[in-house]
Amino acid sequence: MGGRAGRSGGEMVSAREVARAVPDPELPMLSLADLGILRAVEETGGGGVVVTITPTYSGCPAIGAIRADLSAALRAAGYAEVEVRTLLAPAWTTDWITEEGRRKLAEAGIAPPGPAPARPAGPVPLTLGPVRRLVACPLCGSGDTEEVSRFGATACKDLWRCRVCQEPFEHVKEL
Amino acid sequence: MSSDASASSTPAERAHELSLADAYEAINEADDPRWAYGTGFADPLAGVDTRLPAGVDGADLAAYCLMLGDDALIMSHRLQEWCARAPELEEEVALANVALDLLGQARLLLSRAGAAEGAGRDEDAFAFLREPGEFRNVRLAEAENGDFGQETARLLIFSTWRLALLDRLAGSRDPVLAAVAAKGVKEVAYHRDYAAGWVVRLGDGTPYSRLRVIEGLAAVWPDVAELFVPHEVESRLAEAGVGVDPATLREEFDAVIHHVLTTATLTVPAAAPPVENRTGRGRDGVHTAALTRLLAEMQSVARADRGARW
Repeated sequence: MGGRAGRSGGEMVSAREVARAVPDPELPMLSLADLGILRAVEETGGGGVVVTITPTYSGCPAIGAIRADLSAALRAAGYAEVEVRTLLAPAWTTDWITEEGRRKLAEAGIAPPGPAPARPAGPVPLTLGPVRRLVACPLCGSGDTEEVSRFGATACKDLWRCRVCQEPFEHVKEL
Repeated sequence: MSSDASASSTPAERAHELSLADAYEAINEADDPRWAYGTGFADPLAGVDTRLPAGVDGADLAAYCLMLGDDALIMSHRLQEWCARAPELEEEVALANVALDLLGQARLLLSRAGAAEGAGRDEDAFAFLREPGEFRNVRLAEAENGDFGQETARLLIFSTWRLALLDRLAGSRDPVLAAVAAKGVKEVAYHRDYAAGWVVRLGDGTPYSRLRVIEGLAAVWPDVAELFVPHEVESRLAEAGVGVDPATLREEFDAVIHHVLTTATLTVPAAAPPVENRTGRGRDGVHTAALTRLLAEMQSVARADRGARW
């Protein structure tokens, strides 16, 4: 929370501001606002707050921690009753990661996602063969990179390598 | 619990009331106490309006959610068995990621089944306390793991079929199923690309890798026909605009499989014996001994210490 939550000079920080600043447990350089999973923060009066979030992946194990962190942060900020709702539709997309979030990812050595692929009409298209996405190395900036693995240490990332500086790096998958 | 629960309002009112915000507002609500083997979902839909879309029988919807949820749960478990056994670390991570996505889909579907059934069963009760004959997954998902070539063949077949299914289910009249499906489409599309990439790499690779995937395909192909034979529940719910008739998926499935296998310089295996000649189907709760063994392991801790909390 970085001290942003809580009372400041006797004045209550808004629930929205508190919720927005809660860090993501798996990508702690990002706030929930940066990640784009906060749908709504409503103060219901009498110290109550209803926060609505959209999970990233169906099986994302961080969602329980996110809910607990939201509740703890808002309670610490003086909100007595916190309810965290989950909203599945529309489904989260990496396009909802903010510009600020993309900058923070790159600073932390994680390549931010490109635009999520547009879905053409008809059946979901199959992608065969090597991936042609342009992913710039977050360490040296080179575009001469290759995919190492389509999956990574968390559901939202895959593994890449830079051919110039030789460093491996993570990349947030377009979803 | 089906029809009388919603008898007092019009279909339009009921559709409105079934907004996703309502349906999902209590998911993960009760963080404590947690059931030791479970998830923190004490009652995912507690206090929520769980009435059904107009004209839909609750027992049918519950049975349907179990079918699709069990497919994901059992396939996820088989993929989890690759942990510490995959040929490379990257593939182990990949298979575990696919398993995690499917487990997430299973949790939502089993929770929806519990709400539709209205008998107080939650996702953990469905996963850990049912007998093999109560599971409704297709047999493709429960078959014992073979080698990596066989697993890529199975994952290609499973994900191609499930993707086509979820893509249609995203238009379901049940807003919960529609949301779970729309989310799952993005995930399973990724699984299919992964599996297809490996089938091509193995099939068009060395003589040995080619042999592994040819034999793997032959091993799992007898379970393909079952995927497209509708259970009566699937037929009724497809008629009601809530479910998908799996027979309608065959054309897309065949086109994708043909494309992948042709690229892999492989041929589609000969047609398996018709389903009618086999002794029951997974959708009817008729399973192989492989499922019994799988459940014995998956359920052992939960059954040894029922109701334990942490």
